[in-house]
Amino acid sequence: MLTTFFALVRKDLKLFFADPRSVTMSVVAPIVIASFFGYIFGGGAGNDDQSKITVLVADLDGSAITREVIERMAKEPALDVKPVTPEQMREAVRKGKATAGIVIPKDFGVNAAAAFLAGGAKPEIGVMFDPSHGMEMRMLQGMLAGAVMQTAGQRMFRGPVTMPFQMKAEAITSGRGITYNGYAHSFGGMGIQFLLMVGVEVGVNMLLRRQQGVWKRLRAAPLSRGVLLGSRAFSSAITSMGTLVLLFAFARVVFGVRIQGSMAGFVLICAAFSLMTAAFGLLIASLGKTPDATRGLAILTTLFMVMLGGAWVPTFVFPKWLQAVTVVIPTRWAVDGLDAVTWRGLGFSAVAWPIALLFGCALVFGTIAAYRFRWEE
Amino acid sequence: MLEVSGLRKSYGGLTAVDGVSLSAGKGETIGLLGPNGAGKTTTVSMIAGLVRPDAGEVKIAGRVLRSDTDPAKRSMGLVPQDLGLYEEMSAHENLHLFGALYNLSGAKLRHAIEEGLDLVGLRDRARDTVRSFSGGMKRRLNLAAALMHDPMLLLLDEPTVGVDPQSRNAIFDNLEVLRKRGKTLLYTTHYMEEAERLCDRMVIIDHGKIIANDTLQGLHRLLPTVKLLNVELADGKVNGLRAEDLRELAGVESVELRGSTVRIGVRDLAGDSAVVLRWLTDRGYPVQHLASERANLETVFLTLTGRSLRD
Repeated sequence: MLTTFFALVRKDLKLFFADPRSVTMSVVAPIVIASFFGYIFGGGAGNDDQSKITVLVADLDGSAITREVIERMAKEPALDVKPVTPEQMREAVRKGKATAGIVIPKDFGVNAAAAFLAGGAKPEIGVMFDPSHGMEMRMLQGMLAGAVMQTAGQRMFRGPVTMPFQMKAEAITSGRGITYNGYAHSFGGMGIQFLLMVGVEVGVNMLLRRQQGVWKRLRAAPLSRGVLLGSRAFSSAITSMGTLVLLFAFARVVFGVRIQGSMAGFVLICAAFSLMTAAFGLLIASLGKTPDATRGLAILTTLFMVMLGGAWVPTFVFPKWLQAVTVVIPTRWAVDGLDAVTWRGLGFSAVAWPIALLFGCALVFGTIAAYRFRWEE
Repeated sequence: MLEVSGLRKSYGGLTAVDGVSLSAGKGETIGLLGPNGAGKTTTVSMIAGLVRPDAGEVKIAGRVLRSDTDPAKRSMGLVPQDLGLYEEMSAHENLHLFGALYNLSGAKLRHAIEEGLDLVGLRDRARDTVRSFSGGMKRRLNLAAALMHDPMLLLLDEPTVGVDPQSRNAIFDNLEVLRKRGKTLLYTTHYMEEAERLCDRMVIIDHGKIIANDTLQGLHRLLPTVKLLNVELADGKVNGLRAEDLRELAGVESVELRGSTVRIGVRDLAGDSAVVLRWLTDRGYPVQHLASERANLETVFLTLTGRSLRD
């Protein structure tokens, strides 16, 4: 029995490695995409330039007070302030070259002082903004208000006026001095996406082999359905596990991603998800009819699972209701589990449930597949 | 060695196999003949345990075949019509896998692989991927793969489909060797000449039912007594020759014009041939070549079903 089982597993591994280009792509593609996403979503450190908000300023007043307001804003690390005319500003924001623009009207300094001290008419600062950057717009409004209040107050009261508080921000990660590494999430997320794609290929390939009649010879031998399907799942799980390990090894060496939490949890999350994708592949093969018809539907399902599981963007940016709904998606258990044992640095207890759920899911998928799979098209 | 009784299989409203019974003794070669869609592959699939019959049973060496893991399957080797090979792997790797499916390992497996490769003449290509093989070589490897566990019964489902005459002959030679080794062969084909060359007995199947089961000599006795005469006219001179005129001659049963050849069915080969030749010569149709044709299984099938095997 074991000789046969491992002969079938060895056969699948040989077939997997028979196409070096395909093997390379199954590792290189997730690395490239995960590196890109990791860089975009914060990366490790040192990419502040990319996250600065470009703000254009048209100072029609040109008074000492407005010049000082602009200087204060220019000192903000999150802003990249550039002087322009109102016409240039409108054009630049319309074309998406700047996030927002501020038009300070003529006589702003005089009118602001009158409004501040004697309740006169408030001068109006015009703001042009790109509607696709609502969040940055709110941030800019806060910074502008702070700069105007500090400058105007200092001038009016002829002494230094500062904000009555200081803020000390601390990123809560796995430990003091350990910064958040965006690559940890992106490598986990992309690894999960590509493993599910591998699962789709396993299923489609089974249908293809069925179409080619290869299963006939296997089934002519005295082998149970469990051995035939189980060996396929096992070999698929091995290649998936290997892919995940390679991805994280790359992330460790190049981007400094570390398993800050439970190593056993990490290994078991990878193993459980690998087995789940293998069972997912069998499920696809058991539900599909022809390879071509099945591939499209399976890829669409996979993309939904990946998207809702938080593999592309972390689930904390989802609306509350969506965060609540997506807890039933298996990919979410894997993504959250990998986050927990990498940059969050949590212990095994934090991933015990995701591991159990993933193994359970693999069992359910595998049972349905074993029951439903048809040897003939 | 093989006993099949009352096999029946339907797909929806279509009855693919309808009460098929047959048997094959040790060392016997049985031809299962029929046109495409007659139910041959379904019958073989049920014997091999790939398809569960709606009714009937299959006995291998006296034991009823019951489940996927039935040990009786070890006595049987299948050469499927579709090439059941992994093209990305070498011939050696394929044979290694198919031997391991029957729990072979170590020296026993190595020996079986070498013997299989020798039989089909692929030893020098053992390490090449199957993808690089010609169609004929793939068919030969397909045969070798079924022999790894040294089965006593070999089920061959159209094993020569799509191969060149040279490869077909090579496969026939391999099967002759297996016959001499005492293997029982169930050979499915719709090529009459293959069955005539190889088989001790023919089972003719049509619309899922067996319509004849006999030796070649026995089947010939089913034929009408018409003999065929092929007459090739000199210089292709068939202008003005009318089949109806020839058919009026006494003893002539049928006439078919095929280019410069006239195919004539006569009752008495010796007597009626002389009349036909004299008639043609007298009317200015000199004969260049004359041949009589032995009635074959194609004719048997045509006689029994009214349609050609290749339909």
